[in-house]
Amino acid sequence: MYNPGSSQRIVFLGIITSVVIIFLIRLFYVQVINESYSVSATNNVLRYITDYPARGMIYDRKGKIVAFNQAVYDLMVIPKQVKEIDTLEFCKLLDISKESFIDKMKKATSFSRMKASTFEKQISAESFATFQEKLYKFQGFYVQPRTLRKYPNNTAAHVLGYIGEVNDELIAKNPYYRIGDYIGISGIEQSYELELRGRRGVRIVMVDVFNREKGSYKGGIYDTIAIAGQNLVATLDADLQSYGEQLLQNKIGSVVAIEPQTGEILAMISSPSYDPNLLVGRVRSKNYGYLLRDPNKPLFNRAMQAYYPPGSTFKLTNALAALQEGIININTSFPHSFVVGSKSVKCHSHPPVALEGAIQYSCNPYFCNTFRSFVDNRKYGSSENGYRLWREYQMSFGVGKKIGVDMPHELKGLIPSVEFYDKYYGKGHWKASTIYSLGIGQGELGINPMQMANIICIIANKGYYYTPHVIKQIGKKPNTTRNLGERHYTKVSAENFTIIQDGMQRVVEAGTARIARFDSLVICGKTGTAQNPHGKDHSLFVAFAPRNNPKIAIAVMVENAGFGATWAAPIASLMMEKYLKDSVKRHDLEERMLKGYLLPLQNKSLENPALKVNDSTQVKPKNKKDSSVALLTNKKKKK
Amino acid sequence: MRKQNSIFENIDWVLVVFYLVLVLLGWINIYAAVYNEEHKNIFDLTQNYGRQMLWIGTSLVIGLAILVIDGKFYAAFSFPIYIVTMGILLVVLVIARDVQGARSWIEIGSFKLQPSEFAKFATNMALAKYLSALGIRMEDMKTKITAGLIILFPMALVLLQNDTGSALVFIAFIFVLYREGLSQNVLIFGFLAGVLFILALMVPNKILIGIIGGLGFVAYLLMRKTRNNIIVILIITALCTGIVFSVDYAFNEILQTHQRERIEVLLGKRSDPKGAGYNVNQSLIAIGSGGLTGKGFLQGTQTKYDFVPEQSTDFIFCTVGEEWGFVGTAFVLILFTLLLYRIVFIAERQRSTYTRIYAYGVASILFFHLMINVGMAIGLAPVIGIPLPFFSYGGSSLWGFTVLLFVLIKLDSYRMYILR
Repeated sequence: MYNPGSSQRIVFLGIITSVVIIFLIRLFYVQVINESYSVSATNNVLRYITDYPARGMIYDRKGKIVAFNQAVYDLMVIPKQVKEIDTLEFCKLLDISKESFIDKMKKATSFSRMKASTFEKQISAESFATFQEKLYKFQGFYVQPRTLRKYPNNTAAHVLGYIGEVNDELIAKNPYYRIGDYIGISGIEQSYELELRGRRGVRIVMVDVFNREKGSYKGGIYDTIAIAGQNLVATLDADLQSYGEQLLQNKIGSVVAIEPQTGEILAMISSPSYDPNLLVGRVRSKNYGYLLRDPNKPLFNRAMQAYYPPGSTFKLTNALAALQEGIININTSFPHSFVVGSKSVKCHSHPPVALEGAIQYSCNPYFCNTFRSFVDNRKYGSSENGYRLWREYQMSFGVGKKIGVDMPHELKGLIPSVEFYDKYYGKGHWKASTIYSLGIGQGELGINPMQMANIICIIANKGYYYTPHVIKQIGKKPNTTRNLGERHYTKVSAENFTIIQDGMQRVVEAGTARIARFDSLVICGKTGTAQNPHGKDHSLFVAFAPRNNPKIAIAVMVENAGFGATWAAPIASLMMEKYLKDSVKRHDLEERMLKGYLLPLQNKSLENPALKVNDSTQVKPKNKKDSSVALLTNKKKKK
Repeated sequence: MRKQNSIFENIDWVLVVFYLVLVLLGWINIYAAVYNEEHKNIFDLTQNYGRQMLWIGTSLVIGLAILVIDGKFYAAFSFPIYIVTMGILLVVLVIARDVQGARSWIEIGSFKLQPSEFAKFATNMALAKYLSALGIRMEDMKTKITAGLIILFPMALVLLQNDTGSALVFIAFIFVLYREGLSQNVLIFGFLAGVLFILALMVPNKILIGIIGGLGFVAYLLMRKTRNNIIVILIITALCTGIVFSVDYAFNEILQTHQRERIEVLLGKRSDPKGAGYNVNQSLIAIGSGGLTGKGFLQGTQTKYDFVPEQSTDFIFCTVGEEWGFVGTAFVLILFTLLLYRIVFIAERQRSTYTRIYAYGVASILFFHLMINVGMAIGLAPVIGIPLPFFSYGGSSLWGFTVLLFVLIKLDSYRMYILR
């Protein structure tokens, strides 16, 4: 028997042993020493799925939905996990071109190979349904449900505001937000962002190699639950709001209506407006550009940001201050003119009047005289001191300061300080006769319609106001985020308001605003015709009704429209009728208002037939909506 | 010679226990690899683990049958079995359908068999038969050539089936030849050639040739005393140079693209974790994430969620690595090592040369499978799709290894009755 002995056996066993030892060393390194494989395994299998809570809905005061959410889907991609896929089929399903596919992939890859980024935003529910069936074929892609904001009444764009994606600056400032998150950018959406957004949740799920979810990681102990946003109940009356918007169509102007007994804003209109749905979703930035270029500035919220001279409405606060200081009383009368040097302020022809009559006829010399009597009064020592006190009175009516509306971008307006005039004219070089026009609401005054409406609330309440606000309920509880129940008193006592109210009642019943009368309601109002250097006078009207139990205080401003009684008073009156009586009986007046076309500028950039002059002859209550047709709507293009 | 009293007489129970433990561990790990919530039952025949149970059952029957058959049968019928198997391999070449690029399956209805798994066994028998014949000496050139042909013929047929992995297994017989007297220079030269192959791919040819020339020159300076030495040095230097030059050609022209890519990935020349390197990368992630003690049975996320392709077959070792950790992989490796030691021990206690050679063949084949299969799972060997013996899912391979091992058990149990 030939047997070459044991050396071969030893060599063979030696080879086996060495290989096994090498393997064991390698395994020890890979399994015990090197930690990176554990990380890779985790990356493979774990997906951090953000649960975006539904943004709270917004209802109007009657329970009508004015903002809700529509489900859409963001397609996410993790470039590292994308394997060879049928690009053609993929593009077809998404209705995109191959170039755009490549482009988007490149973008996603340059952001991060390992992290998910958005490949395609806001796929509609219909496209998503077909796409989802095929999703397993496209490794590395998954779908993130999101919601899209919808404003079903196409109304109150400025009040509701809009939402948009957060930018880098915001992310740096507020760590809650991440790329792709939405945030309220203006209006209620902005000021109640915290309440509306809720709290984002993160679920950690395990996925298999085909990216199919396989259940929660460790039974979900690391998950955070999303908290849904709270629904808000707005103080707005959506019907009144959209009625007002119609009345203001093809006019530039603003309406603010407030319930004086609560400070609840019933309507806040800035015209021209726009369909709030234009600023939703993928088409937002494009439409935003259109709106921004529109010379009539539809994005500008005139109700809170425009500075108007208050005109004759300021005669009321002027008189109230003088009454309180005892400078005038109900029987005071002044000469029928007001002469300053070579200039004189004259009045419309009316009989000589005392205070109430002066209000009724909006007598300019009367209130210039009142102003002078106040400011130059000896008891204050100097005109500066007199003016300072007068200004304090005015500011107690909520002018020249932010009144704290629960909306962003409120401007405080302008009522010049003593220092301002000292600087302008030189100290001691001015007195009442220099700045008398303030007494009739002209001159260096800037008051926004919100403040005007608030003044009317004060008059209606005889001396105080509640901070005007647009949200009354958060979830099921009253809105307590702001101090809404507090009465803000003026420096004027209640009995003096009665005199002013008498005058205002006479304005409607026998004065400049007889057009505003309707039904048998007792309405107190005051017209204004504010001169402005840019063109025709602004038409202005403020009112409240009913006098004894004020339900609505309203300020209407129509730019470059002439007398207050021509446009502003009828619009205010119609809106009060609509709100108090629920329907409008004065169809002729309504018709005339709806037809009125007072836009100074055609919007050529939009090339929008709905905004052309010719169309103003036709009544188009839905005009504003039509204008949106020319813009992109958020529907997905059909193949 | 005496007649055996019982078929279980003189059975090496150690081997049987090793076999049963490995098969059982394999089954459990296949269950974990394929496991899904909908089919929790390990006996579910629609799943790989359910079917593996069938294969295990039939394998035990086959093992028993082998023990029942007279021990003399195997040596006597070695050549006929070899010839029939070669015939089947030829038939397969003609009738087989293309399955993932290879034409290596015989299909009878839904039943599929891979004859190459049995070719190893048949070749081992034929080689043992031939080398154990009287008057055969390994030193003879004729012996080397004949033995070489016995090995190369099936190897070529399997290669023609495009089943490169299974074909390479036949290289393992080099250990058998070595044990039977083939010069150790063959192993050394083989090792050297392997190193040169890798170097040729890693290092630019010019530099490599320079190094070889330099080493040759140094060797010449040290050993130029006899002419013989000089000639040997010249030949070795020339051969090395030849290998270096031919590697590029072989690599680029003979190897298929995927094979080339896998080697490049292995050597770190190519980083392609999504393409050619995907399997190995995911496999390493699975094994590496197991840690010291593993994630626990059915807790392997790589395993459960199918990140590693072919996990119940070629990459079954990942499951062990991920769910049982280093403890598990070391246990399995040591189990295999002890099995191989046991087989070598058994081989050396034989009086029959046939049985000894056969046993070495078994050890060599198992070792080669172990080395390549585990090596590829941990990124030390190119991805060559061959199963881990007794572990991997698959009827043909389990049957093949069962036959291979149980014939050895039978032959070994017969050792007392054989004089030579």
